[in-house]
Amino acid sequence: MELKLPIYLDNNATTPMDPRVLETMLPYFTDNFGNAASRNHPFGWAAEEAVDYAREQVANLIGADPKEIIFTSGATEADNLGIKGVFEMYASKGNHIITCTTEHKAVLDTCKHLEKLGAQVTYLEVLPDGMIDLAALENAITDKTILIAIMYGNNEIGVVQPVKEISAIARKHNVLFFTDGTQAVGKIPVDVIADGIDLMAFTAHKMYGPKGIGALYVRRKNPRVKVTAQMDGGGHERSMRSGTLNVPGIVGFGKAAEICKNEMAAESARLRILRDKLENGLLQLEESYLNGHKENRLPHTTNISFKYVEGEGLLMGFNKNIALSSGSACTSASLEPSYVLKALGLGDDLAHSSLRFGLGRFTTEEQIDYTIKAISDTVNKLREMSPLWEMFKEGIDLNSIEWAHH
Amino acid sequence: MAYSEKVIDHYSNPKNVGTLDKSKNNVGTGLVGAPECGDVMRLQIEVNEEGVISDAKFKTFGCGSAIASSSLATEWLKGKSIDEAIAIDNMDIVEELNLPPVKIHCSVLAEDAIKAAINDYRVKNGLPALEETKH
Repeated sequence: MELKLPIYLDNNATTPMDPRVLETMLPYFTDNFGNAASRNHPFGWAAEEAVDYAREQVANLIGADPKEIIFTSGATEADNLGIKGVFEMYASKGNHIITCTTEHKAVLDTCKHLEKLGAQVTYLEVLPDGMIDLAALENAITDKTILIAIMYGNNEIGVVQPVKEISAIARKHNVLFFTDGTQAVGKIPVDVIADGIDLMAFTAHKMYGPKGIGALYVRRKNPRVKVTAQMDGGGHERSMRSGTLNVPGIVGFGKAAEICKNEMAAESARLRILRDKLENGLLQLEESYLNGHKENRLPHTTNISFKYVEGEGLLMGFNKNIALSSGSACTSASLEPSYVLKALGLGDDLAHSSLRFGLGRFTTEEQIDYTIKAISDTVNKLREMSPLWEMFKEGIDLNSIEWAHH
Repeated sequence: MAYSEKVIDHYSNPKNVGTLDKSKNNVGTGLVGAPECGDVMRLQIEVNEEGVISDAKFKTFGCGSAIASSSLATEWLKGKSIDEAIAIDNMDIVEELNLPPVKIHCSVLAEDAIKAAINDYRVKNGLPALEETKH
């Protein structure tokens, strides 16, 4: 098969839409354009029926009841609604939230916002492999704790947290458990009952659906969870999220969820093989390091640091042909490398030298072979012009040098 | 962010990558930046008996703009007298490479590397170091 360039390996940023999803959506832009809240004519009925069906498809993917799915504009809104909504709804019970330092900004910045409104937030450090420390989590709980917000799978390193153990701790202390499932849902089995999840944010565009549609799962039984709406209006979505429903988006989300559910077992096994091939190929390079826990990981993600080579310079060697992200941000506005990698305890040098790979449904073995070669060649070329590599080869300890910090 | 053609050209075909013998009295070495900041430049000059820079080499850890800035600096240094070399301003590099504002620090680093190399050469040869650089 002929290799088509450029290769897309940034599926943790967003996924391409599956053509089957697009096909399902199209009629809902034109013929079936009705407002799902129009109760008195066939246009509205058709839209409502389509939304009901999609809500079932989405609920099925995570083992939920359709009534527990609140559609939002995406995962960021669902993170905001879940956390702010609980903070407001359970204010009489307490004001303490526990989260961790490797969460997505949509969670961290929401928590920071709530701190200004009187919340007490504990940001748990993670272990060097990216996992949270369950004992530290339990120790952080106080009689004011209302919510634990820990993500399911990490967007940068793919580490999957021990969700069942976290929810057991939450249950034991009568605290709600929110999880950002954005990267995990549709990729690995997520079951809100078995996992003990009370609230979960996720989105369509990370699972081959359209952008602009996501959901918040809100548990209705054992316990019945409520969130205060953050968007007021017509009382849509059981009054938790007002706003005319994005019917084509919801239909696409439903179809995307259905495909993921049907194909997950085979697809995750396929991606794991490709990911491991990529990872093993790149870890052949001297002084390259895997970031994050090797086993507890999403099957399509890997994050590798190539010591003595700067990430942005590395990307430039092949970014016309391979789409990837780096943990480095070499701009005067932000010289800070990835906060997730720094939270693992990586030095700035290793954090600056990292690449994040997100494989997906349309990734092929030919693409992986090409990528291993292109990246290896670029790393070798840049090391030849890296003064740090030369010093390393001469046995000079880089920490012994007094660097001139800008 | 899109890179200018000149940056891409220097990145793809860097000029004067390499190492000069830093123990020699007529070689000046400047090492600037820090691994934590994501860029480190080492720039070296070799000065002949007429006080002219006869050779220049660099090695850089950094983004494409940092590599291009140091590659360009070595090209400009060759054939210049020390006094002419001191006069190279980072904004000349910015202009030549069309660096966007977020990459100006790469040119600053290159200018600092030039001055550090010259200082090393001066001190080795019994001359006082230059005044503190402007950065």
